[in-house]
Amino acid sequence: MTKPAPSPSLPKLPVSLAANPTLSSWLRFSPEGHVKVSPGKVEIGQGIVTALAQIAADELDLDISRVQMVRASTAASPNEGVTSGSLSVQQSGRAIRHVCAEVRQIFLGLASDRLGVAIDALAIEDGTISGPGNIRTSYWELADEVSLERDATPDAVPKPPTQRTLAGHSIARVDIPDKVFAHRRFIHDSALPGMLHGRVLRSERSAARLVDMPEDRARAVDGLVAIVRDGNFAGVVSETEDGAEAALGALRKGATWSAGETLPDEDRLAEWLKAQPAESTVIDNRMASRTSEKQRTIRRRYTRPYLAHASIAPSCAMAQWSGERVRVWTHSQGVYFLRSDLALVLKLPIENITVEHMEGAGCYGHNAADDVALDAVLLAKAASGRPVRVQWSRADEMSHAPFGAAMAIEIEADLDAQGEIVGWRHSIWGNGHTARPGRAALPALLAATELANPFPRMISTNPPQANGGGADRNSIPLYDFPSWTIESHRLTTMPIRTSALRTLGAQGNVFAIESFLDELAAGRGEDPVAFRLRHLSDSRARDVIESVARRANWKPDQQAGIGYGLGFARYKNTGAYCAVVAEIEGAEDIRVKRLTIAVDVGEAINPDGVVNQIEGGAIQATSWVLKERVRFDRQRITSNTWTDYPILRFSEVPEVDVELIQRPDSEPLGAGEAAHGPVTAAIANAVFDALGVRVRNLPITRDSLIAAMELTS
Amino acid sequence: MPRIRFRLNGVETDIDADPDSSLLSILRGPMRMTGPHFGCGANECGACNVIVGDHAVAACDTPLWSVADKDVTTIEGLGSAEKPHPLQRAFIAEQALQCGYCVSGILMSAAALLMRNPAPSSDDVRAALDRNLCRCGSHNRMVRAVLRAAAEIAPP
Repeated sequence: MTKPAPSPSLPKLPVSLAANPTLSSWLRFSPEGHVKVSPGKVEIGQGIVTALAQIAADELDLDISRVQMVRASTAASPNEGVTSGSLSVQQSGRAIRHVCAEVRQIFLGLASDRLGVAIDALAIEDGTISGPGNIRTSYWELADEVSLERDATPDAVPKPPTQRTLAGHSIARVDIPDKVFAHRRFIHDSALPGMLHGRVLRSERSAARLVDMPEDRARAVDGLVAIVRDGNFAGVVSETEDGAEAALGALRKGATWSAGETLPDEDRLAEWLKAQPAESTVIDNRMASRTSEKQRTIRRRYTRPYLAHASIAPSCAMAQWSGERVRVWTHSQGVYFLRSDLALVLKLPIENITVEHMEGAGCYGHNAADDVALDAVLLAKAASGRPVRVQWSRADEMSHAPFGAAMAIEIEADLDAQGEIVGWRHSIWGNGHTARPGRAALPALLAATELANPFPRMISTNPPQANGGGADRNSIPLYDFPSWTIESHRLTTMPIRTSALRTLGAQGNVFAIESFLDELAAGRGEDPVAFRLRHLSDSRARDVIESVARRANWKPDQQAGIGYGLGFARYKNTGAYCAVVAEIEGAEDIRVKRLTIAVDVGEAINPDGVVNQIEGGAIQATSWVLKERVRFDRQRITSNTWTDYPILRFSEVPEVDVELIQRPDSEPLGAGEAAHGPVTAAIANAVFDALGVRVRNLPITRDSLIAAMELTS
Repeated sequence: MPRIRFRLNGVETDIDADPDSSLLSILRGPMRMTGPHFGCGANECGACNVIVGDHAVAACDTPLWSVADKDVTTIEGLGSAEKPHPLQRAFIAEQALQCGYCVSGILMSAAALLMRNPAPSSDDVRAALDRNLCRCGSHNRMVRAVLRAAAEIAPP
């Protein structure tokens, strides 16, 4: 077994700024009274662009309408890696706050020279710098005299929280008007001059070989520009979108594919996960110096199925070649990482490739956004310099995009004579939770595995604990148990493609830990809130649990068919604190009536934005818990429509009531993934409260309830 | 090809196209009206909903011939930044979306509901939007926004 690497020490500059220290790469004043702010993070529906604009406007003393947020592009933006892990406010926000503080100071220094007044006597209001006796200048007046082509220094000091007027307030999101008035903001709605349309032919079977592909019927379709084939990669380019669809349909009719890879038996998934070749890692070990003797050991197994990102929009990209150079428009979460992978596949220097971000629908992790970008690049080679737009089908989106990994989790607790926990072992089996582009010597993009000279399929790995972990995310208890051993067994085979889905392994681990704790508390006849508080010394953790218990009037009187359950986690053990009380009703079909949530994200830059993220995460988690499971037979993914992969509907959505605990003096923490684990556990625990049944295999459906009841009886 | 005539957002329109084409491909393709979004192509998600007559329908599953001589309203015809529909104002006021890809279809389902039932209950709104999928989990905000717009259009 390998040991985890120690965590690195923190740099003096915010991490994104240390990697991209030039001030001008983040911020530029335009002469017309605006400032352009360039984050490396991208908008994926989480409202980050608004939060970053708030930070910039605050620090520079500007009206927020003067701040123009620039979309990330490899042509000019700072490289902030990937927009993931609920890190955008921590990383981009801290960098922008620091840059703006430093730039403000530089301008104040220059204004002081020009106006002959001490810096202390100057004030800035909406970009105008003024001093005693009505003397004034402005950022824009001085902009030509200031070069921001210099590196940030660690000395800049941002304003104290009490002097912020925008950060900490619920400013309306800057992108919402465009979206309700259907202005063309999405990549899906954009068109380039002379644009053609492409479609890619893929077998329903994973890794099948294209044996034969007659072209005559597709060639007869109006508007056809090209049929592209490179090994098992095939597609069409057409003057129109309908023409591309028709030509694709014609190709599909004639195509012959070999058998693909054999998929696991979906009804024996945990057994399959445990039987695969795996790389085992001890994630963490804690040894107590002295504990009371164990009297008995309880062991439980929990499972989570493969989950689909199931974006509401099929993935889309555009690409245009000009000689040996290619320009790509994408809704990828990481433009630089995508560029690296494209360079590997195309065998081109990265300078020849420009990747620009445009908004897509919510992705919730690594979906097909990057894959379709390579598809567009490959098809555009046949377009004689015209741009090509490629959009996946719903079926491809639901079957060929990476899934969130299935997990089997076993926990053993050693209990002493009083039923107190004296030992704890947590083991995880499953595929790795990330195979994102741009991080390895091999590309992670689907079409790269289909070419005549194919790259091998990248097997998913897990980020180290220092970065929050992958399968093991949130597997180390936050509770004060005297000893524990945490192990992860990462599969080295991957017949079903997995990569990052919101929370990585945290949803599964929190479900397992919090379900098990609930069971141990119930076994002792102890209240689950009291039981958790007794094992928690972290005061912010205690705060969210006590707050949610108060808000939900914990614990309401028992009524037939109604149950209440608690779930808690600190996301990644370093991020937001979140506690949830779920109220459910039902016997055969479970309905979640209400989720009461307390959350602490440190400094909330945009409180309503945080609440929106927590509500959304809670509802999405409810959907995962009650409805979602990727289905497959031994040949193919079968859940490739919304009928076969149902998600929660309006009539099924619970009420969600969020209490935000404000901590303006604390580091801001992301909100997008905080609720999933606690909501999952709270619902499962509420099911036990109502029905006396522990469902340990997700999703909680009529079938899994019946199976769990049979085990209990 | 035969010419098909219909009224699009109040404007008389006629188009030379295969009558079996989907309304969505005609709107997004030759008419460059990109408010209705492609989501599934199978009438399962509601991202492409438009109003035909006084009902919300999935444009992906509506053949062009079937709208001949009818009124078709898309999100572009609902309102604009200069002259917003109360629903659009309410969605902004409630910050009722995250990514927003499903929103144009949801606004059309909601508009059709308010035409039929100017004073809906929360359950009425949920029932009317039940065929529209939202993956971000903004449902409750959207329901609040529709109720806010209804109160503005027809004060209780």
